Amino acid sequence: MIEEMERDERVFLMGEEVGHYQGAYKVSEGMLEKFGERRVVDTPIAEGGFAGVGVGAAMVGLRPIIEFMTWNFSAVAFDQILNNAAKLRQMSGGQFNCPIVFRGPNASARQVGSQHSHAMEHFYATIPGVKVVAPAFVDDAKGLMKAAIRDDNPVLVMESETLYSLKGEIADDLDVVPMGKARLVREGADCTIVSYSRMTHVAVEAAAALEKEKISVEIVDLRSLRPLDEDAIVASVQKTHRCVVVHEGWPYGGVGAEVADRVQRLAFDWLEAPVLRVATLDVPMPYNAKLEQLCMPQPDRVIAAVKRVVNRGRGRG
Amino acid sequence: MSQSDTQQIPQQESPLTRPSGQLDHLADLYRQMLLIRRVEEEAARAYAQGKIGGFLHLYIGQEAVAVGSIAALKPEDYVVTTYRDHGVALAKGMSARALMAELFGKATGCSKGLGGSMHMFDAQTNMLGGYGIVGGHIPLAAGVAFASKYRADGRVTLCYFGEGAVSIGGFHEGVSLAALWKLPIVFICENNEYSMGTPLSRSMSVEDVSMKALGYGIDRDRFFVEDVLDVEQRIGEAVQRAREMSLPTLVEVRTYRFRGHSMSDPAKYRTQQELEERKKKDPLFRARVKLVDEGYGESRLKALEEAIEAEVADAVEFANTSPEPDPSLLESTTYDGPFAA
Repeated sequence: MIEEMERDERVFLMGEEVGHYQGAYKVSEGMLEKFGERRVVDTPIAEGGFAGVGVGAAMVGLRPIIEFMTWNFSAVAFDQILNNAAKLRQMSGGQFNCPIVFRGPNASARQVGSQHSHAMEHFYATIPGVKVVAPAFVDDAKGLMKAAIRDDNPVLVMESETLYSLKGEIADDLDVVPMGKARLVREGADCTIVSYSRMTHVAVEAAAALEKEKISVEIVDLRSLRPLDEDAIVASVQKTHRCVVVHEGWPYGGVGAEVADRVQRLAFDWLEAPVLRVATLDVPMPYNAKLEQLCMPQPDRVIAAVKRVVNRGRGRG
Repeated sequence: MSQSDTQQIPQQESPLTRPSGQLDHLADLYRQMLLIRRVEEEAARAYAQGKIGGFLHLYIGQEAVAVGSIAALKPEDYVVTTYRDHGVALAKGMSARALMAELFGKATGCSKGLGGSMHMFDAQTNMLGGYGIVGGHIPLAAGVAFASKYRADGRVTLCYFGEGAVSIGGFHEGVSLAALWKLPIVFICENNEYSMGTPLSRSMSVEDVSMKALGYGIDRDRFFVEDVLDVEQRIGEAVQRAREMSLPTLVEVRTYRFRGHSMSDPAKYRTQQELEERKKKDPLFRARVKLVDEGYGESRLKALEEAIEAEVADAVEFANTSPEPDPSLLESTTYDGPFAA
């Protein structure tokens, strides 16, 4: 964000506690000092209000970054994203666009209860007119953020509170990571796991355990949910003949269902087993630590799903 | 901001010798109001003929609000309004052709036939749109004013809404942020006394909408619309406050719509007598009477009215004969640039 704000005077950051408090999760630490109150704007608790302010400012040529303290709170700004940001270009016949970034941590944190644990990407990824990205690694987080800020459309960046502490190397020459391109995290032969954000790390853990049992897993990290890199998904499934989708959020509909649809439609003849999904259990997220862990996708559930599709294939073949 | 403030010639007692500059100005405002009235009447007719679909919210009766307030603006200033947006679009300078073609869903419409009645946009005249979700455009309008302050471009934003929007969160969040950040914006509540079919008395605990300004610590104004020049002057004061001091104002303008909420509304919630009483106070009619009384001349008025008739007929003909939008527009108007890298 700092690099893009240095690069482009039109870019500014707005949200609750982004300035003087240095960010609820310290994401914007030092930015107020560097850019001043004109470009790092603290807001009152009014998501619908400041999301709308961002849309209006974007419409006349600024490039706002609107931070939601968490994506859960975007529910009260849903109207601004659905009805204004996503629709401006079309309902003006292409006269206006809306180059805005909405960002913040998404999905479960630790024991924050049902109202603060939503995987909101499933709601937003259905909306034509917006783009949705959900990086799992530090270099993608930086590169996709840059791509989002430079994009002339509304882009929703789904971060993860539990990944904020993740550390990693970023190449000096890293610039923009293009949206709509998945990342092949791990190559394998027996089953493809499609995941994104924190669940990619769960998939990596599951894959390591499965390797000990001689099951070779390929991991496709989507990075971008809309646009979706169906070519990468299909290419991997054509190779492994099996697919398990892992994400947070409920199993009804959502990104996993979308991936499953594309796989059955585009790689039907290569499939040895039905596409399975490992998602959050179909209940509001409980506070109790053990029950919360039970509801969230864990490596053991991923391992079980992979074994199911692999064994089915082997049993038939 | 009104003509009389800048007029150098001393004001005369006799109306017949009123400065011609001011009369010409009033004639121009009358022309704009009449254009809106006649466009709306033709739209109602086309709707009945099935040439316009969806919702159609007419501005008949409220013309003086858009025309008077926009007369206080500079061309580079912005306007943002609700789904009852035809009047504001025309007053801001959008052509009757672009409006009527949009209503007809044609490719030559301002939004290429993709927006319809509720979504009039015109980048050239800084008409930033009509919005269909009550109150949802109020924070957006504050954002446009935020951008003006951010860039120090000296522009003012007018944001229109009905009194029905005053109960929803978008109004309060938008006004609250504009007040907090001292944004150059004028919030204009077009209080037409009916929130769809619900009268004021059943929708608000305090009927004086301008009182809401007190809670946000911003300036307020409130008046009944009778004379379009008064609207220009009163809104002009708020525009000046926005432009020179970057301060928002909430103005409640009491007006009246002569038609139902939309074409599907027979307006049974009010009496015919009430409607007839209000029609006698029609600001459009009053402006014409004033022009005649003050010596603008019946023949010049007739010529002006004939020109409007021709303009409206041309707009309808243009809309009728224009092509439908091509399906290829759908993708390019959903995203700017390539969807995926």
